[in-house]
Amino acid sequence: MNINLPAGETSAAAGLPPSGLQASGLVVFRGERLVLDGVDLQCAPGGAVLLTGPNGAGKSTLLRVLAGLRAADAGSLSWNGIPVADDLLAHAGRVAYLGHQDALKPGLTLEENLQLACILGGGDLEAALAAVDLVPLRQVPARLLSAGQKRRAALARVLLLQAAIWLLDEPSLGLDRHAVGLLGELLSRHRAAGGLAVATTHVPLPLPDAAILALETVVTQDVLEPLA
Amino acid sequence: MTSPVRRFRALVARDLRLALRHGADTLGAVLFFLLAGSLFPLALGPSPELLRRMAPGIVWVCALLAALLPLDRLFGAELEDGALDQLMLSGLPAPAIALAKMAAHWLTTGLPLLLAAGPLGLMLGMRLAVLPLLLAGLGLGTLVLSLIGGMAAAIVLGARRGGVLLPLLVLPLATPALIFGAAAVDSAQAGLNWRPDLLLLAAFLAGGLPLCPLAAGAGLRAAVE
Repeated sequence: MNINLPAGETSAAAGLPPSGLQASGLVVFRGERLVLDGVDLQCAPGGAVLLTGPNGAGKSTLLRVLAGLRAADAGSLSWNGIPVADDLLAHAGRVAYLGHQDALKPGLTLEENLQLACILGGGDLEAALAAVDLVPLRQVPARLLSAGQKRRAALARVLLLQAAIWLLDEPSLGLDRHAVGLLGELLSRHRAAGGLAVATTHVPLPLPDAAILALETVVTQDVLEPLA
Repeated sequence: MTSPVRRFRALVARDLRLALRHGADTLGAVLFFLLAGSLFPLALGPSPELLRRMAPGIVWVCALLAALLPLDRLFGAELEDGALDQLMLSGLPAPAIALAKMAAHWLTTGLPLLLAAGPLGLMLGMRLAVLPLLLAGLGLGTLVLSLIGGMAAAIVLGARRGGVLLPLLVLPLATPALIFGAAAVDSAQAGLNWRPDLLLLAAFLAGGLPLCPLAAGAGLRAAVE
């Protein structure tokens, strides 16, 4: 895999900007509800962060903010010390996002489903399919795939995008034990090549020495509560 | 790094392949167009003079309604299965993504309608001589409809009952195109100058080409938030 690595090493002491992904004080409202309240996150190249927490704690929302899909209402997000909001397109180019849904079109074959990511990221389709053990199914329409196979196809898309930042929303959802092993391999190869990964999960993921960021459900007092 | 033009082409190609696989959507719009058009002789009576007089209007109204049919799914399907997130991260600005979808809508709906408009016009008794003018106007008109329709589809994205809102948003905005497009053929049939009508239609397209994708892009950004 060929990932554009930042030239600067981690040397905040030398006055250089920190490398990798930094978020500080992220605040996100969803409608009237406060979902994230001052979240800080730091992930250097080769590192990994696991987001844990109960349902509704804002794990997926945080991932979408990190992807640049939605803007935070307050706080800052930067890559190698440069604010992400300065150039969202460049940020989109270094992000591979795996959402809750697999984003596969049921009528297209597996190969056709991945073709766009192939062109966008320039990855090798054959290698990506082999990495998730889906080569024999490349001509099969996505509607005939099982939930786990679809998840693996979505992981193949993450590979194809050849991005430095992997943002994975419950990547092991629906995967069997063998596939979780494959996921672990992919993640360690990605990190060894200098990529970084942020993943949400409810189950143990094969991410050794990942930093853990436990999100809590933000409890806000309802100021508009009518007087009894 | 893949060039933006290549990315844009890849998006359009993906939509075309999807339309090919789900041919029912494309075919549905064209069949609706032909069927709705052929209802008019049944309702109005077979008087050739009356039908020839009304043909441009009938073709235009039917094309307008037929172009509405696939709009609901244009972005709706992408939002539902999470593909919109992937598109938004494709490295293209949101207006360019919207423009790619609009282009795909024209290629899979506008172009087939254009091909079907000739036979429908002839069936309604239009003279062969004015047919090129009808098609030229409709060519511009379907482009305008794809732009306005794509913009409206992006704006109502994520709204509950968006499908109901969509025609209410598109039809009033599409009326100028309808008026000038049908008027051009009317003028030609009456032996008058049709150029001003067609030029106004072209001006409408020139205005919509930059504005509609911008508005649609804002709609898409709001929908993925």
